[in-house]
Amino acid sequence: MVGILEDKDRIFTNLYGFQDWGLEGAKKRGAWNATPDMLAHGRDWVINQIKNSGLRGRGGAGFGTGLKWSFMPKEVKDRPHYLVVNADESEPGTCKDREIMRHDPHLLIEGCLIASFAMQANACYIYIRGEYVREREVLEAAVKQAYEAKLIGKNNVHGWDFDLYIHHGGGAYICGEETALLESLEGKKGQPRLKPPFPAGAGLYGCPTTVNNVESIAVVGTILRRGADWFAGFGRPNNTGTKLMCVSGHVERPCNIEESMSIPLRQLLEDHCGGIRGGWGNLKAIIPGGSSVAMIPAEQCETALMDFDSLRELRSGLGTAAVIVMDKSTDLVKAIARLAYFYKHESCGQCTPCREGTGWMWRVMERMATGEAEMKEIDLLLDVASQVEGHTICALGDAAAWPIQGLFRHFRPEVEDRITRYRIGRPHVQGVTLTAAE
Amino acid sequence: MPKAKVNGVEVEFEPGMTVLQVAELAGEEIPRFCYHERLSIAGNCRMCLVEVKPGPPKPQASCALPAAENQEIFTNSPMVKKAREGVMEFLLINHPLDCPICDQGGECDLQDQAMGYGRDETRFDENKRAVEEKFMGPLIKTVMTRCIQCTRCVRFVTEVAGVPEIGMTGRGEDAEITTYLEGAVNSELSGNVIDLCPVGALTSKPYAFNARPWELKKTETIDVMDALGSAIRIDARGAEVMRVLPRINEEVNEEWISDKTRYACDGLMRQRLDRPYVRTGGKLQPASWAQAFDAVVEKLKSAKADRVGVIAGDLQDAESMKAALDLFGSLGVTSLDCRQDGAALDPKAGRTSYLFNSSIAGIDEADHIVLIGVNPRHAAPVLNVRIRRAVMQGTCKVSVIGEQADLTYGYDYLGAGPETLTRFASKPPKGAAKPMLIVGAETVARADGAAVLALVAKAAKAMGAVKDGWNGFNILHTAASRVGGLDMGFVPGEGGLTAAQMVQKGALDVLVLMGADEIDLSVSDAFVIYMGTHGDAGAHRADVILPAAAYSEKAGLYVNTEGRVQMASRAVFPKGDAKEDWAILRALSERLGKTLPYDSMNQLRAKLFADHPTFGQIDYVATGAALDLAAVGTAGDLSDAAFAGPAHDFYLTNPIARASVTMAECSATAKAARVKPVAAE
Repeated sequence: MVGILEDKDRIFTNLYGFQDWGLEGAKKRGAWNATPDMLAHGRDWVINQIKNSGLRGRGGAGFGTGLKWSFMPKEVKDRPHYLVVNADESEPGTCKDREIMRHDPHLLIEGCLIASFAMQANACYIYIRGEYVREREVLEAAVKQAYEAKLIGKNNVHGWDFDLYIHHGGGAYICGEETALLESLEGKKGQPRLKPPFPAGAGLYGCPTTVNNVESIAVVGTILRRGADWFAGFGRPNNTGTKLMCVSGHVERPCNIEESMSIPLRQLLEDHCGGIRGGWGNLKAIIPGGSSVAMIPAEQCETALMDFDSLRELRSGLGTAAVIVMDKSTDLVKAIARLAYFYKHESCGQCTPCREGTGWMWRVMERMATGEAEMKEIDLLLDVASQVEGHTICALGDAAAWPIQGLFRHFRPEVEDRITRYRIGRPHVQGVTLTAAE
Repeated sequence: MPKAKVNGVEVEFEPGMTVLQVAELAGEEIPRFCYHERLSIAGNCRMCLVEVKPGPPKPQASCALPAAENQEIFTNSPMVKKAREGVMEFLLINHPLDCPICDQGGECDLQDQAMGYGRDETRFDENKRAVEEKFMGPLIKTVMTRCIQCTRCVRFVTEVAGVPEIGMTGRGEDAEITTYLEGAVNSELSGNVIDLCPVGALTSKPYAFNARPWELKKTETIDVMDALGSAIRIDARGAEVMRVLPRINEEVNEEWISDKTRYACDGLMRQRLDRPYVRTGGKLQPASWAQAFDAVVEKLKSAKADRVGVIAGDLQDAESMKAALDLFGSLGVTSLDCRQDGAALDPKAGRTSYLFNSSIAGIDEADHIVLIGVNPRHAAPVLNVRIRRAVMQGTCKVSVIGEQADLTYGYDYLGAGPETLTRFASKPPKGAAKPMLIVGAETVARADGAAVLALVAKAAKAMGAVKDGWNGFNILHTAASRVGGLDMGFVPGEGGLTAAQMVQKGALDVLVLMGADEIDLSVSDAFVIYMGTHGDAGAHRADVILPAAAYSEKAGLYVNTEGRVQMASRAVFPKGDAKEDWAILRALSERLGKTLPYDSMNQLRAKLFADHPTFGQIDYVATGAALDLAAVGTAGDLSDAAFAGPAHDFYLTNPIARASVTMAECSATAKAARVKPVAAE
């Protein structure tokens, strides 16, 4: 058997788009099946099922989805409730939500309805990334189908008035941060808000709001159909369920694959991706969860499991499960310098450490990549990274610091070697004598 | 009350306070750049980080974090110190080291806090960022490279001034503060962003490179540019007033002042009357005080008392008006008037008939404000801030009868003129618990002002605006001297002429103008004695000029529109041979043989307090005083003309402002902004 997850247990059965994405095709695959029955069980049942399934947010932070829903006020008072779906999938390496939106949009729409029902929201916004034009077109067409079939909308067959709006973003990475997303949705500049207040208290237009990732919402319908226990049966405790994983980089066959949580990283790569280019021995390092998490070196990849807790023990993270594989041909320093540029470019500029720190880190990283930097600047860089990490309004500061910290945690000698070698034959370069004396 | 511990010291705090406020209660100073008491919380500078237990193991921005019961707050732990040093380093890496040529030097938050949290040397080897200067009008000088993106200015213009014309464009380290289209900020309050800016990014353009803060003598005094009596501080070097800054007075101006208050001060050095003049052979010739007095005494002695008139201008202090009242009263003169605009206000109807009775702070309590023939944005920009805040908080709605101007907030527009007012007065809306009716000075000064006032009183009565504990009948004056003059009865006595009658042809033999420049003297054939500060309209027409002191050059009492008596102080000495106004009158009285019974300011004030007890109540507003609405105004015919906006330019309302180059520039900029065709952009 290839991998762990059997075909019968896959949620996203049209992940590769070989079948019809439309309503008819989706219904054949099980979407919209028994939805009225689920709603008939009441919202507490829905939230408990999701809690019992152990579903953790698929957007990167891994916060319990059911728990998040339960933070919403129990009663709708003077302010309406909102569900906002975060489809601003911009994390480098990640390409799972787009496949859901263009190949299985009805699972998402169904999930929106159920989640909105559970949180007593009559309106839901899907904030879709600016670059996702085709995805938006498919999603809009699917929403139209759902409206026409009276699956959603006013007086729909499910008896829960529900409107679904799709908002096309402007393409800024920071708008994937939930509060920046809300700002952007409100028509303002996408800059994260201070927390508290949390969106469940004061979110979109100051109303109670829950922001969920596309995947978190799209799996809801199937979880309820097949039962929380079914979903909780995959993976290790506290890391349950199936997960879309996006493997890119130096593997034979990069792919998107739905797999069981806690699948060994090595098995994931070898079963689904044909292994590392040039064999396992050619592996240098892997970034297991999208660009924001620290890389892990080859020897740790042997034992790492693709789940939240295992990767956290390795001081990395599951993030969005976007596995970026780098073989021995990779210039890791250059790669991280490029990521540093990304964060410098995408920093919103609101708070000081991130605005000033990301640019500084990027510039030093660029010089590290060529070897021009001085040896003492390694510690300076790590110090700067620690000054950014944990001092910002949102997590972008952390995300900018972690890849750099990961690089030096595992490959510091490589950088030092490069700095030393750059100075060979360049007696005029600063730091030469210093290096020699050390 | 809940309790929290700050560095181990227990303090009680009010629910809803932030950690920063609680730490300040405990006497701990928290460094900050973006946080400001009167603006929304941005939390973006990250300088106010503190350690909080229980909480995540990382420092928290104290300005935005609500304090909680039994919270432990640490403001000096190693984690906090390291975090703040980190933030300070980030702020400084792209901040130019141009303190020696920066106008903010010496009063710069970044400079001060770098002393506490800065490193001794830089670790930043890259090139520093440079940002293009932005044009923000004739008042605000920008050096945007110095900007630390605290967004105080953005929040001020958006939230307080209500003119969202400054904002942040770009992202990350390319983020820049700009006026978007590089236009002047279209607000009468724009100068306040200079005070708010914690660094030298936004500084005062007229004051650029003029002085250092430690060279300046600081005098706390009162503003006279409008009738609010905003608390100000005059910074002077030698004889020159270098700048005017706001002081905090929660009940009047909070901590804002208008651009006119702040920038008209260069007018104090221009067009000044620094010596007496006497007109000989049709031309004004410089003269000595003795010669000037000779000319005055000769004319006054030969004129009959009923052929002499006195008009007090808009910037007069109470003491000089009192001295004039005593002197000319002893000569038997009854033609005295402090209302050069012709306002139909009569002290006989009681003090509350011409005051802003609700008090300025009362706006915060009002739930319906009716603006009648007044544009508060021009009449009193700082007061408009309060109205805007009440509207924005949703506690108050505004209706307007008069000019349909942009007031920076939404309002119900009822109509343009007396006809609407008549309709409104006959059927005013009911239901407001604390309604306010605000009538503009220019509306009261109309020919049918008394009739308009009577209608407003009728409306006030019908709305229940005057009742126990609340008086919603308000006159918004624009002249700093007006209420003081009315309080002491500086109005025509029996048989006396009003200001408008005095300037008619053949009405008088001698006309004394005390800084009165806003009255048409073209047909008057009287002998004009002008006692004032600037070579403005009055001085041009004068036969004798007695140079007096401007508001910055004399101590004096001013009564603001709500009846608050405030004491101004002298910041610099009068220019040249000029003397303080009361002293001129005292000297003149001796020459006239009617020596005034006071030899010093203190004696004069004692007399003033004895004769008019309200002046003795310094910085006090009598709220809830009775008002007989039936006695306000007189019913009469109304004209059809709409209530016009202020006839004059906001920036050029008095002789000081008209002498100011900065105000002239502002006026031209504002005029250009008004006529700019939008379609052509």
